[in-house]
Amino acid sequence: MSEPAVPSALEPASATETVAAPTSAIADWIRDLCGDQEWLAWVVITLIGLGALAALASVSAMVLVWMERKVSAHMQLRLGPMRTGWHGALQPMADGLKLLFKEGLLPRTTDLFSYLLAPFIPMATALLALAVIPFSETWQLADPELGIIYVAALSGMSVFAILIGSWGSNNKYSLLGGMRAAAQALSYEISLLLVLMTAVLMSGETAMQAIVQSQEGYFWNWWLIRAPGVGFIAFIAFIISATAELNRAPFDFAESESELTGGFHTEYAGMAFAMFFLAEYVHLLVAACLGAVLFLGGYLPPVPALAFIPGPVWLLVKAFGLVFLFMWFRWTFPRLRIDQLLNLEWKFLMPVALLNLLAAGALRGWGWL
Amino acid sequence: MSNPRDILGPQRFSQSHAAPKLIPPNASVTKRYFIRVVTGVTSLLTGMRVTIGKFFDPRTTVTQQYPENRDELKMAERFRGRVVMPHDADGEHNCTGCTLCEKACPNGSISVLNTKHASGRKILGKYIYRLDSCTLCNLCIEACPFGAIEMGTEFELATTRKEGLVEILNKKAGRL
Ligand code: SF4
Ligand code: SF4
Repeated sequence: MSEPAVPSALEPASATETVAAPTSAIADWIRDLCGDQEWLAWVVITLIGLGALAALASVSAMVLVWMERKVSAHMQLRLGPMRTGWHGALQPMADGLKLLFKEGLLPRTTDLFSYLLAPFIPMATALLALAVIPFSETWQLADPELGIIYVAALSGMSVFAILIGSWGSNNKYSLLGGMRAAAQALSYEISLLLVLMTAVLMSGETAMQAIVQSQEGYFWNWWLIRAPGVGFIAFIAFIISATAELNRAPFDFAESESELTGGFHTEYAGMAFAMFFLAEYVHLLVAACLGAVLFLGGYLPPVPALAFIPGPVWLLVKAFGLVFLFMWFRWTFPRLRIDQLLNLEWKFLMPVALLNLLAAGALRGWGWL
Repeated sequence: MSNPRDILGPQRFSQSHAAPKLIPPNASVTKRYFIRVVTGVTSLLTGMRVTIGKFFDPRTTVTQQYPENRDELKMAERFRGRVVMPHDADGEHNCTGCTLCEKACPNGSISVLNTKHASGRKILGKYIYRLDSCTLCNLCIEACPFGAIEMGTEFELATTRKEGLVEILNKKAGRL
């Protein structure tokens, strides 16, 4: 691994201790149980943690699917699903069952390996990113020193799923969608990274847990507010580039239902499609959690007096607030053209993010943060 | 919901979509850039205000829970159900038997059979309407110069007898 891109003013990342062992009551209890069999404790704790993450991912994906349907419906003067359970609360189950029972089609001209590989990538990267999100001081599966770089790397990974899937499908619509997604991800990755660097500069930390801890106290200590102007601009830039990274409308070029008949997932059916579909929502949750961690104080309550409400609740409240924002965008804005998309990035968002990074550096340099 | 356009709130709609300030033709590139940014952001915020308003205002919802609210179902005024001929309190209708609707109908769903009044003038005898071949296209209503027929709001038209689909719309013969 090359030198991490951390400004020298900050403490250098320690290369030895990269992953902190989870320390929580459950973890301690398991360690006690296993006694001196430390490798066993490690295996059990990791497996439990991964299971919990997978459960969280699938449950939240269901909730988000339902939420998306209801939010879109009410914004379009509709009601959305109303028959399956209370206000259609079981609709995601029905969707899932439908997809489960569908035949897994395998078009004859596909490149079999890449076609079958692609649906697993987005879910894997989403779960991997979820592993470093701190849900409270102790509820975090791993806290690598360079957590933010790790997340950035994973967000870059997810475009591979689209590229590989579209290439493997051997379909011109899929390939067009994949190529667009590549151009889009390539561009918006830059401003996303600039925003992440701004957050690193503001907090002086690269580990997720430490970034949250740097916002301790009242809500005006959150980076959104604490860094005058800079935090807010960084937040807006984060939201825009995260929407683009997530391939959500108004940046859903990879899918483009209206002109590419579904884009990269045109050839996918049944569970393979469901994997793409659900991973999209897990990614949405990850992006919202990341936004909450970087700018909204993560699991910290807005005022210390509210600390009796546990951290995971605060994180999820903030994350779902951001998810609502993403959905609000999706059902309000029309899709851009591809040239407008690239103009927005290269002529507006990247300069703004770059200047903002300079401003954050200046604030830091003059010791105003 | 008398006029379906009211759902969108025509007043608010036209205000919030006031004509955008045009970019002055001699503006420099930088000025154009900033004007574009500002107008772009304002229009996005306007859109977001509209959608959030609709989101939190349950009165704007147009979907109806049909089988459950069958009794208080609200039909839009422009709904095209089957053709009906309104009769006033005396059981009179406005049809003069001019047969314009019969000629306008592309499917031959209407037959206007006229008869002779005692005075020797021609009046409407039977107005035969065949729902089975009607496409609910509204052309007959547009053709009628007397407003004698209109599109009803009835839509539960399924029947087990096809004879029930042919009907005489006028209750009385025409008047002079
Ligand atoms: S609605 Fe159209 S098809 Fe039906 S009777 Fe009138 S003109 Fe004919
Ligand atoms: S319904 Fe109207 S168009 Fe048709 S015959 Fe009567 S008056 Fe004429």
